[in-house]
Amino acid sequence: MSNYNGKWKGVIDSILTLPLVLPPTVAGFGILLLIGKRGPIGQFSSLFGVNIIFSWYAAVIAAIVVAFPLMYKTTMGAFEQIDTNIISAARTLGASEWKVFWQVVVPLARPGIAAATALSFARCLGEFGATLMVAGSIPGKTETIPIAIYFATQGGQMDVAMIWVAIIFAISLTVLVINNYWNSYKKKGRYGVGG
Amino acid sequence: MDFFVDIKKKLYEFELDVKLDSKRDVIGILGASGSGKSMLLRCIAGLVKPDEGQIIVNGKIYFDAEKKINLPIRDRKIGFLFQNYALFPNMTVSENIAFGLDELSKEDKKYKVAELMEKYNLDGLEKRYPTQISGGQQQRVALARAVAVKPDILLLDEPFSALDVHLRNHMMREMAESLKDFQGMTLFVTHNRDEAYQLCENIAVFNAGKVEAFGEKNELFQRPFSRETAKITGCKNIAKSIRLSENVVEVPEWGIKLRLNMKIEPEEGYLGIRANHIKVVADCAKENCFKVWIADETDGPFRTSLYLKFGSRPQKLDDFHFQCEMSREERNEIKDPSEPICVYLNPNHLFFMKK
Repeated sequence: MSNYNGKWKGVIDSILTLPLVLPPTVAGFGILLLIGKRGPIGQFSSLFGVNIIFSWYAAVIAAIVVAFPLMYKTTMGAFEQIDTNIISAARTLGASEWKVFWQVVVPLARPGIAAATALSFARCLGEFGATLMVAGSIPGKTETIPIAIYFATQGGQMDVAMIWVAIIFAISLTVLVINNYWNSYKKKGRYGVGG
Repeated sequence: MDFFVDIKKKLYEFELDVKLDSKRDVIGILGASGSGKSMLLRCIAGLVKPDEGQIIVNGKIYFDAEKKINLPIRDRKIGFLFQNYALFPNMTVSENIAFGLDELSKEDKKYKVAELMEKYNLDGLEKRYPTQISGGQQQRVALARAVAVKPDILLLDEPFSALDVHLRNHMMREMAESLKDFQGMTLFVTHNRDEAYQLCENIAVFNAGKVEAFGEKNELFQRPFSRETAKITGCKNIAKSIRLSENVVEVPEWGIKLRLNMKIEPEEGYLGIRANHIKVVADCAKENCFKVWIADETDGPFRTSLYLKFGSRPQKLDDFHFQCEMSREERNEIKDPSEPICVYLNPNHLFFMKK
C-alpha cells in the first residue's frame, strides 16, 4: 500500500480510515447490517450453523473494525518514513521483495509497528459503542470490561465497577510501560545519534 | 567491459536524453545539481524506468523499450553507492556487507566478509551498527557491501558530498585505490570538478539532461568546445567573439583583439580563459597584454580574485569584464589598486568555442 500511488489511493485510504472518524455506534450499525441474521455474512455463517451476532465473535469483529484504522495509519506512517535509498540498496544487492520486506522494511518499521499495536490494543480494550450494538452484554459471554463498568455503575455496584477500573488501569499501564521500555532499549542499541 | 546507454526519460523540468557508449573503465559524470546525472544512475540501476531506449552493460541487456525488456533490479549485477550510503541501520557492519551474499555457503560468506573487512580497513568494527561508526567508515562499509556482490558496473552517486574537506581528500585517494582493483566498470557522478578530474580519466559533462561533452579529461578541461562545458569545468571568463584572421579574434564586449594559439572556427563563437591563467605583468607593450582597472576584489584564505575592466575606470563594483585569480603574494605586489595594472592573456590558455 505504501508503494501504491494509483488514482484509487485516496479512496482506499479513506475507506480504511473511516471507522476512526465515525461514531462507534455507526460502525456498530454497519457491522450489524453485515453480520446480523439478515446480513450477507450472517446468512452465510448460518449455513454452517454458526451464529455470529451477539456472540464473542461479534465482540472481536467490532474491536478489529474499530481499531484497524489506528493500526493501519500508524504502521503506514512507519513504512513511509523509511529512507527509500535503503530499500533501493537492498534491491541492488540482489534481494527478493520478500527478503527486502522481512529483513529491511519490517525491522526498520518495528518501533512504529509496536506503537501501532499498543494503540490498537488500547482502543480495543476500551471499545464500547460498537461492541454493545453487535455483541450485547451477556455476562460471562460477551460482556467486555468497559460495558461491565457501565452496567455496574448504572446498577449502583460501585465496588464491582472499581475492581474493573483497577484492572483496566493495570493492563493499560503495563502495555505502555513495556512499549516505552522496548523502544528506548532499541534506540540505545541502534538508532542512537552517531557518526 | 563495454557499456552502452541511449535513453530518454521525461522529467519535470527537462527531458533526460542521454547517449553514452564507452569501453573505458571509469567514467566521471560531471554536472550541476539537477542536471539529471543522478537520474541516469537510477535508470541504469533499474530504480527508475526510462521512457524509451536501451541500456546494455557487459553484453547484458538491462533495458530495451522496443523488445520490452526491463530486467528487475536484483538481476542487474550493479553496485550502487548512495549519497547517504543507505546502510541498513538494523544490521551490524558485517551483516551489512554479507547482505548480498546469500548464494554463498555459511563458511564462504564468513570468509568473504572477513576478506572485505580487511581490504576496506574495517577490522574490529564487525559488531558495530552504522550509527556507531564515522562517516568515512560508513562509506567504506557501503563500498564493501556494493563490491561484495561482484557487480558488472559500480554506480557512485556523489559519494563524497557528505564528508568534510579533509576527510574528502583522504577518501578520494582511498577510492582511487579501490577502483584500481575493481574489475568492472564505474560511473562516478559528481558536481565537483576537482573530484571528477582526480578520479576519472574520462569525463562526460552533463547539462539539462544531455551529455554536453564526453572525452579525455585534459582535453575537456583545457579546450572545452562549448560554453556549458567551459562553465561546468570551472571557466569564469567567457565572451562572444568574432574571427579577424586565422589566429586573431575581436571581443566586442571587452573592446580588445586577442591572438590565440588555435585555429579559429567558425567565424563567430565564444572565447574563454580561466581566471587562474591570467597573469599580472609589469608593462602592457607586448601582444595580448592589456591595461585594466580593478573594479572589485574578494579574498579567499589563500587566493584572491580580482574583477577587472578593460578600457576605462569602472563606475561601480559590478562594472567589470572578467575575473582573474592569484595567490596572496602576487596580489600584494600590486601597490595601488586604484591605478590601472597590466595583464597578459597567454595565447596557449585562450580557447575558442563554437557554441
